[in-house]
Amino acid sequence: MDTTLNSKVPSGPLESKWRKHRDESKLVSPNNKRKFDILVIGSGLAGASAAASLAELGYNVKCFCFQDSARRAHSIAAQGGINAAKNYQNDGDSVFRLFYDTIRGGDFRSREANVYRLAQISVEIIDQCVAQGVPFAREYGGLLANRSFGGAQVSRTFYARGQTGQQLLLGAYQALARQIELGGVQMFPRTELLDIVVVQGHAKGIIVRDLVSGEISAHAGDTVVLATGGYGNVFYLSTNAHGCNVSATYRAYKRGAFFANPCYTQIHPTCIPVAGSYQSKLTLMSESLRNDGRVWVPKQKGDKRPPDQIPESDRDYYLERKYPSYGNLAPRDIASRSAKEVCDEGRGVGPGGLGVYLDFSDAIKRLGEKTIRERYGNLFDMYQNITGENAYKVPMRIYPAVHYTMGGLWVDYNLMSNLPGLHVLGEANFSDHGANRLGASALMQGLADGYFVIPYTIGNYLATQMNKKISVDRPEFAAARKEVKERIQRLLSIKGKRTVTSFHRELGTLVWEKCGMARSEASLKEALEKIPALREEFWQNVNVLGEGAEFNQALEQAGRVADFLEFAELMCEDALERNESCGGHFRSEYQTEEGEALRNDDEFCHVAAWQYNGPDAKPTRHIEPLEFEEVHLATRSYK
Amino acid sequence: MNFKLKVWRQARPAVAGKFVNYEAREIPAEASFLEMLDLVNEGLIERNEDPIAFDSDCREGICGMCSLVINGIPHGQGKAKTTCQLYMRRFRDGDTIWIEPFRAAVFPVIKDLAVDRSALDRIIETAGYISVRTGSAPEANSIPISKPVADLAMEAAACIGCGACVAACPNSSAMLFVGAKVSHLGLLPQGQPERVSRAIKMVRSMDSLGFGNCTNHYECEAVCPAEISASFISRLNRDYGAASAKEALAVG
Repeated sequence: MDTTLNSKVPSGPLESKWRKHRDESKLVSPNNKRKFDILVIGSGLAGASAAASLAELGYNVKCFCFQDSARRAHSIAAQGGINAAKNYQNDGDSVFRLFYDTIRGGDFRSREANVYRLAQISVEIIDQCVAQGVPFAREYGGLLANRSFGGAQVSRTFYARGQTGQQLLLGAYQALARQIELGGVQMFPRTELLDIVVVQGHAKGIIVRDLVSGEISAHAGDTVVLATGGYGNVFYLSTNAHGCNVSATYRAYKRGAFFANPCYTQIHPTCIPVAGSYQSKLTLMSESLRNDGRVWVPKQKGDKRPPDQIPESDRDYYLERKYPSYGNLAPRDIASRSAKEVCDEGRGVGPGGLGVYLDFSDAIKRLGEKTIRERYGNLFDMYQNITGENAYKVPMRIYPAVHYTMGGLWVDYNLMSNLPGLHVLGEANFSDHGANRLGASALMQGLADGYFVIPYTIGNYLATQMNKKISVDRPEFAAARKEVKERIQRLLSIKGKRTVTSFHRELGTLVWEKCGMARSEASLKEALEKIPALREEFWQNVNVLGEGAEFNQALEQAGRVADFLEFAELMCEDALERNESCGGHFRSEYQTEEGEALRNDDEFCHVAAWQYNGPDAKPTRHIEPLEFEEVHLATRSYK
Repeated sequence: MNFKLKVWRQARPAVAGKFVNYEAREIPAEASFLEMLDLVNEGLIERNEDPIAFDSDCREGICGMCSLVINGIPHGQGKAKTTCQLYMRRFRDGDTIWIEPFRAAVFPVIKDLAVDRSALDRIIETAGYISVRTGSAPEANSIPISKPVADLAMEAAACIGCGACVAACPNSSAMLFVGAKVSHLGLLPQGQPERVSRAIKMVRSMDSLGFGNCTNHYECEAVCPAEISASFISRLNRDYGAASAKEALAVG
């Protein structure tokens, strides 16, 4: 059954695969480039950089985003930085080391050749961004500064204050703006993709909704490029932006593209906890706080005393207790799962009992409040603004939150899906981060895909599509359009009793509890029973007011939640089938005595790519075996 | 907490809008301003009333999508933050809160509190970039940039493009927005070749789109969530003056 999954990884030594592939890739001549129309969906790092670079080459590009401007895509919120193997620090970094750290960080569940290429390209990204005017941090001598980040022993992260994602995105957005002015890109803001149109087995168009007028329109193209981000909002609460959704990739899945490893989700350990059911999102607090803060909860269940009245003898510094060598600096997944465990035991703190203390009192005693303020002042201010609490006086409360999704549409080495003509970039694809992404690698991948991979690889597809122009007059477009309109009418005609948000919240709570930081066969089976019931209730009892042909935010949200209600099932199905623990996928049945993730390389050293078989049929699970030529499979050790 | 809201409702761009009264009841003090509106909207939907339209996305103060004029101030009371970072504990129980869209002729209302700020994109499209093709960049460390210059460029580059400066300005001028971009790029060595033409093109684009002139009210600086300094407007004026003089000489 897995014969369709040809990764198209070139032969030859790992370090020369990309060069070889570039040399052998098909070229499209300049006079032919202007005959090709490319539809780019999404304007984040991957989408904006791809749209700009492809237009520079001479292709006709249409770029679509649901926000009011291309500059608002959620890449903008990335704080920490971007990795690159420049070795400016002379500390032994190299392309190989960045590659190896990324493969190991992903718990040996990513495709070796893609990751190596990513590490190679990383250095070009920095050059490109500096030339665009990205104001990276610099040393006094005027050269670029670096900082250290998790999962690496070298200092290779480039940054622009705590706003690296913003600055990189503005660089790509400005390149895109230049192409809009030059006529190479036609931009469609406030426009949402609602379906992919497949003609004779190839992705050849899209159906979109103008979010202002509500008008449904069709666009034909020679190829479709999805750069629509991750699906973290399936959990309702996450660090993602409000509008982030799975709809584009899920629509593509329903049209034949395989969805790979949907169970790989990353939970970040240090976020401001949920304060109540009114909450719409979770805010990340930099992980660097764990350098000086001590994590603890009361020893006794239900201890309601304020933290300063709980004596040392009644506190459980559980990370220090369980992981004496790493202590509070235990890796992300372990820190996250441990917090969940103590809260599940009823020892969580704060409203709702879903929080743990991150206590700086010892560090303040040792170093003085001034030093702590210098190191983390902005974070303490942000914490105070959101919670109203002064973390210099009372311990911070933190809790893990969904942050990034490693799974995504399956792509080959050309970043093309198994559905010919559909290319997928950035967080929307599955390829580079395996089961766990390292910090400062998301920005690297988004820009690598958009600036330096797709401009080369897209020719391999387009060169086969000369004189195969498709018109929107074809019946496939009319049919897709009709389906989209019917779905909207159906959503508007239910007029039930519950709001869209209430369904989204219920779904999020369910998958968070059953398919979150820890999953088990029992919890997943329970989720797989409850999700269809919730979905059924949604389609009978949701209340979406207004009309389709107008600015209707509740309708937008309803369409996205309807897709999450289907996608959640696929995510749980994938988690249930993967009988091992790896990276962000922790199955409680598969752990070592010390509670570490226990991989099963004999049976699961592969990518699981799911094929849609219709609304009532089980999807088919295809496999791409992961073959490692350069690295040896090893157990990650944090001891 | 309970609040009395006076919210601008306007069904479409072409129809007249008006303030409508709403009660926001049992709002947790920990909720953000937008979460308070979410709760009000949940209540409206349950009563089959049209929810209030407003823009937001990241809800962590960086994407620039949220807007609103709250009690007369773009992004509401308090310094250096967007509406999404305004929390209800800053209000008093029982307060009456006026909520309007960003007001500027160049930002037409789409519905209720959501406005069209695409004119800001148009300005950037005119010249708000360094023209560099992907793949043609030199090695990143080949041009050193002194740290103070890089830091100042970063301060200008921090603009989130929300348009509060325009909404706060009695003339609806976008000078702070343009000044920030012209300064960000004009401070860096990479931005020098197009520095003159960039300033002049962006200012003319701003004028032709219908933004007003700067008459030194500094309201823009006061409401800017990214704390962009009005000194960047002076920098823009210098570049623009130099550009106009060069142009006059060339023509003369």
